[in-house]
Amino acid sequence: MLAHLVTFAWDAPSVDLHALAPEIVVAATLVILLLVDAFTSDDQRWAASSIAGIGLLVALIPVATLAYDGVSRVMFGGGYVVDNYALVLKALFLLSGYIVVLLSTNYIAEGDYWEGEYYQMILASVLGMMVMASARDMISIFVALELLSIPAYMMAAWRKRDLKGNEAGLKYYLMGVFASAIMLYGMSVIYGYTGTTLLAEIAPRIGELASSTPLITLGIVFVLIGFAFKVSAVPFHTWAPDTYEGAPTPVTAFLAVASKAAGFVALMTLLFVGFWGRHDVWEPLIWVLAAVTMFVGNLIALRQTNIVRMLAYSGIAQAGYMLAPLAVAGTSPEAASQALHSIVIYLVIYAAMNLGAFAVVLAVARKTRSAELESFGGLFSYAPGLTVAMSIFLFSLAGIPPAAGWFAKIGIFQALASAGTTSGYVLAVVVAVNSVIAFAYYGRLMRFMWFEEAPDGDTTPIRVPASLTAALVITVAVTLVAGIVPSVVTHFTDPISLLALGN
Amino acid sequence: MKDFLNSWGLTLAMFVPLAGALVMLLVPKAKEHLHKVIALGTSLVVALIGVLLLTNFDYDNGRTLQFVVDKSWIPFINSRYIIGIDGISLPMIALTMLIVPLCIIYSWNHFPEPKNPKAFLILILILETGMIGTFCAQDLILFFVFFEVVLLPMYFMIGVWGGDKRRYAAMKFFLYTLFGSALMIISFMALYFLSDKVPVPGGGFAHTFDMRLLPMAAAGISTSAALWIFGGMFMGFGIKVPMFPFHTWLPDAHTQAPTVGSVILAAVLLKLGTYGFIRIALPILPHAAERWAPFIGLLAVIGIIYGALCCLAQTDMKRLIAFSSVAHMGFVMLGIATLTDFGINAAIFGMVAHGLITGMLFFVAGSAKERFHTLDIARLGGMLKQMPRMGWILGFSVMASLGLPGLAGFWGEFPAILSAYNPGGGLNVGLFRVYMVVAALGTVLAAAYLLWLFQRVAFGTPKEEFAHDPHVHDVSFTEYVAWVPMLVLIVVLGFFPNIIFHVTNPAVSNMVSAFTGTGS
Repeated sequence: MLAHLVTFAWDAPSVDLHALAPEIVVAATLVILLLVDAFTSDDQRWAASSIAGIGLLVALIPVATLAYDGVSRVMFGGGYVVDNYALVLKALFLLSGYIVVLLSTNYIAEGDYWEGEYYQMILASVLGMMVMASARDMISIFVALELLSIPAYMMAAWRKRDLKGNEAGLKYYLMGVFASAIMLYGMSVIYGYTGTTLLAEIAPRIGELASSTPLITLGIVFVLIGFAFKVSAVPFHTWAPDTYEGAPTPVTAFLAVASKAAGFVALMTLLFVGFWGRHDVWEPLIWVLAAVTMFVGNLIALRQTNIVRMLAYSGIAQAGYMLAPLAVAGTSPEAASQALHSIVIYLVIYAAMNLGAFAVVLAVARKTRSAELESFGGLFSYAPGLTVAMSIFLFSLAGIPPAAGWFAKIGIFQALASAGTTSGYVLAVVVAVNSVIAFAYYGRLMRFMWFEEAPDGDTTPIRVPASLTAALVITVAVTLVAGIVPSVVTHFTDPISLLALGN
Repeated sequence: MKDFLNSWGLTLAMFVPLAGALVMLLVPKAKEHLHKVIALGTSLVVALIGVLLLTNFDYDNGRTLQFVVDKSWIPFINSRYIIGIDGISLPMIALTMLIVPLCIIYSWNHFPEPKNPKAFLILILILETGMIGTFCAQDLILFFVFFEVVLLPMYFMIGVWGGDKRRYAAMKFFLYTLFGSALMIISFMALYFLSDKVPVPGGGFAHTFDMRLLPMAAAGISTSAALWIFGGMFMGFGIKVPMFPFHTWLPDAHTQAPTVGSVILAAVLLKLGTYGFIRIALPILPHAAERWAPFIGLLAVIGIIYGALCCLAQTDMKRLIAFSSVAHMGFVMLGIATLTDFGINAAIFGMVAHGLITGMLFFVAGSAKERFHTLDIARLGGMLKQMPRMGWILGFSVMASLGLPGLAGFWGEFPAILSAYNPGGGLNVGLFRVYMVVAALGTVLAAAYLLWLFQRVAFGTPKEEFAHDPHVHDVSFTEYVAWVPMLVLIVVLGFFPNIIFHVTNPAVSNMVSAFTGTGS
């Protein structure tokens, strides 16, 4: 009887510990952090950031060994896959997380904001992102999404006595939950039709159905809308500027880079594995989303006077650029592969340049205590190093060589042109026009830094703490090297592919 | 030596300035003299490499690319580090390598506010890398990168060291050119995907950005697609030239830029556009070029007349010279639009001549501005009395600019006009003869505005406010050193135009053979 129960109750799946090692390391670090935090006194809380940082770096080791191994590992009945695509993105999330830890170290310590808990939240969120990169099943995608989002809601409201901080957290939370609900509804509809949550099985089943199945269309659209919130695509972007402005700046950097990248990862997995074959539904939708996102993001950014809000709208526009290749990706497996590569490359470069820009904002705000554009006036006269670094990031965001952004943008143009359709070329022209509009506000910030005087005449140099310096050195190096020798990035992104595309 | 130049010559020429800039980054800002020495030394090393390239260039074989380097760069998009020069690039590179050291010498004691020689000279060196790189690149993506790199230093030069409206001018310059190059890169991408695949070294076939192979590979592109692609390139290059009606950034940029910025802008940067037409747009898409040529010719002659009329209306000397650039580049574009070897040779000559002459005019204008603190033509006068040498140099440059035979300007304008008499590529002869007449009228207008300028600035007696100004002194030593090479070249090229025609002609006639029919 007992033996019968045991065999009946649970059939343990075989677990490939090597494949899960990166996630395990991050989870273990989270536990260590929790214990250390519980048993140390207040004046030793600085250890938290070091432990978090080391944990994230150590997790890179199994990522590297897995990449060296080069075998795609499929687990849990195909719901969890560790392949090159997942590994590149896991490395991206770990490194972005590490840089965010560097950005946070002084900010959180000096602001006296519950250091232990803060780093636990970051680690939990990064863990969610790593799961997202491997998830190939609607349920695990949903779990990953919640795991990365819920800590982010809390981090957004970390300055709990600040009114804007509360607004940031609440807005992000309500919008995020709303988006999750819509997405979950879409998933349930798709499950209802196909009877499976496994993406690889969904694709053939919805491909068989007559194209006039309205409920499938509805399901796909709802799921896409859920992720449109996550990547802050217009018209689902309204939370982003307020949240970015109200959240602590390192958290803003985290949301703008890592969280957005996770949204794109899920989007690509869903479109290329789950909804492949139904590009007639998602291509037009994404075309419109991309075009509107670019225009609205850039045009509103022109009017911003607060640099964090400006970067928020610039990030919205950048999301539009990244969405663009998806709008033509369904034409052929080649076009999809081009789109996949171009978006992953864009995500990597975007992470470096945007985190770098936030690092400069943090460094300057240490002196000026302000994030207004005017506060950057005359920066060149008293902080030439920071000015040059910021200029490199801005040129990169604008797509001007030799900073890496140009290569990212060329990838987008290439993906759009590779489809060979009129809609692809039109969208490429839209991207081109938007690159010009975007330079108007990047250039405005540049003008304040280089061409104007310091607003209050205060030109004492800025003392940049060591962790911020490290973050700046890493991001500047990546931005420049990837711009001059782009094969450094493509070397890692070259082998990626997604299951359904088969190449 | 030859082997070394073959494999490293162009790469060194491109990146030695960048290395110099990096060294200067490490030197403290206060050591101004050291910065000047490093910058000048670097540009002279580049010029020396240039001399070696010139002496080792195989002139009998000017149609083929020389000093070619072909290395892997971005395998992902199949873009390679391909550099090389032929008879078309050689004069442009020589011009660049000459102008940059002269500009550094000229700035020696003349740094515009807010001084900071370190940053200023670093920007000039980065600019040199970008310019030489653009003329050497034989891969579309590499070309695009250098084409864009040039924007940055110029943007800062105008924005930081410029005149009162510098911020507006810098932004306008940047946004215009960025718009053009963004459309240009889409054209490059379309070209990449629509052209035939070519064999790759490792075996198999792939799309390519290689400018040497694209003329063949792009032959199969449908006419309508080719017309669109040419249109995108036209925007990129045409804004840079600048062609009417995209020229409006130029007067602002020229007027606001510091003297050296104006000189480099006029002498080299504008040529990146015309060079792009000759190097990329025409050879790769010859049949689209034939369809576009009447339109380009039309805009060119409108530019000639419009630029001249604007010159007549200017009250500021620098702005006048800027508009004269629009007119002169119109002649260059007209020469290109005829699609004849005669016209395109003239265009290349015109590019060099315009670089030297207009560069000289901007130098003189800058020096005048430094002495009088104004370039308001109505307030100037009597330069020949007050500063006879400067006055004569201005007169000489003006004569060269209006195309006086015996000076360099003549050989750029006259053959360009003449070539429109019998255009190639099956173009409408009647239409181009009309263009020819209009362009010839433009030379009369050019004589009018230039002589009028000279008359008002140099003749008569000095105005009361400057008559006893101790700041007003004649040509200084550094000015002589910077100007004499250019003045000498203007005369030498005027008497021996074959120096350049001999170099460019083989490459040009090779290219022109792609057009239907035969021109003059």
